Amino acid sequence: MFDVDIWQEIFSTIRKNKLRTFLTGFSVAWGIFMLMVLLGSGNGLSNGVKEQFAENAVNVMWMWTGETSIPYNGLKEGRAVKFNNQDYDFLTTKSKEVEKVSSRYYLPNDILYSYGKEYGSFETSTCYPSLQEMENIHIKTGRFINDLDMQEFRKVVIIGDEIRKALFKEEDPIGKYIKIGGVPFNVIGVSESKKRNQDNNRSAYMPFSTAQRIFNGGDRVHTFTVTSKMVQTVEEAEAINEKVRQDMANRHAFDPKDKRAMGSFNMLTEYIRTMKIFQAINLFVWIIGIGTLIAGIVGVSNIMLILVKERTKEIGIRKAIGATPFSVIGLVLLESVLITTVAGYIGLVMGVGLMELINFGLEAATGAGGGDNVFFKNPTVDFKTAVSATLILILSGALAGYFPSKRAASVTPIEALRDE
Amino acid sequence: MISIQNLHKSYVTGNNSLHVLKGLNLEIAEGEFVSIMGSSGSGKSTLLNILGVLDDYDKGDYYLSGKKIWGLNETQAAITRNAMIGFIFQSFNLISFKNAMENVALPLYYQKVNRKKRNLIAMEYLDRLGLKDWAHHLPSEMSGGQKQRVAIARALISNPKIILADEPTGALDSQTSLEVMEILKEVNDQGITVIIVTHEHDIASLTRKIIRLKDGIIGEVITNGDLQSYRDRIKQE
Repeated sequence: MFDVDIWQEIFSTIRKNKLRTFLTGFSVAWGIFMLMVLLGSGNGLSNGVKEQFAENAVNVMWMWTGETSIPYNGLKEGRAVKFNNQDYDFLTTKSKEVEKVSSRYYLPNDILYSYGKEYGSFETSTCYPSLQEMENIHIKTGRFINDLDMQEFRKVVIIGDEIRKALFKEEDPIGKYIKIGGVPFNVIGVSESKKRNQDNNRSAYMPFSTAQRIFNGGDRVHTFTVTSKMVQTVEEAEAINEKVRQDMANRHAFDPKDKRAMGSFNMLTEYIRTMKIFQAINLFVWIIGIGTLIAGIVGVSNIMLILVKERTKEIGIRKAIGATPFSVIGLVLLESVLITTVAGYIGLVMGVGLMELINFGLEAATGAGGGDNVFFKNPTVDFKTAVSATLILILSGALAGYFPSKRAASVTPIEALRDE
Repeated sequence: MISIQNLHKSYVTGNNSLHVLKGLNLEIAEGEFVSIMGSSGSGKSTLLNILGVLDDYDKGDYYLSGKKIWGLNETQAAITRNAMIGFIFQSFNLISFKNAMENVALPLYYQKVNRKKRNLIAMEYLDRLGLKDWAHHLPSEMSGGQKQRVAIARALISNPKIILADEPTGALDSQTSLEVMEILKEVNDQGITVIIVTHEHDIASLTRKIIRLKDGIIGEVITNGDLQSYRDRIKQE
């Protein structure tokens, strides 16, 4: 059935009807082209927004404290709530909702960084090693804080790239000592953020334990950065948030509804919400794309029907001299599949090509690193989508050819050969 | 070769039923050269369709080469046609976008003979019919006689038991008609049963047996000796 001959049969009919074949193919190519452009645009939008989230782990959650604003359990409002190291122990060992935890102790904002004659004030992020993963901190040279730094209260620091430029100019900072609030710290790494929020390049990272001890923190913790367990729905994400608030409220005797006593922000809720929107957009794009494709397929089917009518006599001759219904079906079906697949593939290549070109232009315009405010990023279609599109094409070709081929198979030689 | 007993065939269109063949009996032996005649409406086309396994019948028996032709599905019918019967039509029925050689080779394509081999065989048959130089021409570039010779080559290539020719000279001038009949006679000389449907007396008179259909049954069978007198008779008509 699938030997060279049947293809030669098909090619000879296609060659004979170049315009018809072209027009048929065009509608399919257009359908696939549109599908690819739409999908690519959808992906671009989605990637752009994902990029915004990529600054942090998507399941990250921040918690901070303030003063109570609602009286609770006989306690007056206006009471300060303060996190401490026991809260850290609780979160890491007892809380089922929380996976990784990093405490932060705030150093004074005007704390001075100096190296030789150069000085400036920068933000200090005191943290646990796990923060690197939670906030996607990119280390340019050297290393991040490790557990040993924490245990031994080492006076080490990772400086942002802007701090390096301000203090060290062209000098290699690794292994050098800078003074922070008059205390010498060994620079063990340089971090660099390529993301939109380049403020990160103006902050330094210091082991939490060291900071708490050196800057007289006692067991005070100002904020927690945690990652929650991964969930799929907004409701689950909010439930996690509520549970953690409840735990903290129990520990510090405040009303869990009291937003001023303890503030929190759960990234996961926002992430899930946004991704739901993009899932909807993606679905919408598929529906429109498939709709366009169906229009193309109906076109092919229509033309194949006309073709079968035109070729009634030829089909009759073939049947008279021994063509089986199956071979006639094969002839029409394969021609339909061939036209849709080849044309669709051309549309696919052109659609993907256009999106790659746009991507190239975007990257050239915003710089290889992505630059600021990129809400449209990498608007391309992945391999899996292209493969499924190809499968859809072959299937739709078969679908388009099905009814015409049934019509062709039902041609009776007697009627076809009757002389008009 | 062909044995038909009490053959009935009606065409039903809406509420009307047209009884075309009304208990027809027919015996054609192997190697015969027969023409079937009859006025329009006598059922000769219907008979030809049934003989050619292109159509089924309502009642009766039809044995082709000892095999009962009844209740075949389309695929079986197609295989039977391909193996046993060569068709020749009034309007040649060549495929317009295939050249002479490809047209001739087509029945072998459906026998799954490979391309090289079937084209070689097709060339052989074209050569035998004096059309070797026209092998790569399209039907539209040929004369009627040449087209009919291509069609004959196509009918012969699958080595059929029977050649069924439906008005084979209907579209040809008298000189060419005689040439075509000469070729069919040669085909018959090789032992292939040839059955021609025609309404032309002088064409029919070139065969060895004339079967005249009348109102769905055999009206008259004229053979051998009678044929000469038949020839004389039609000359006077």
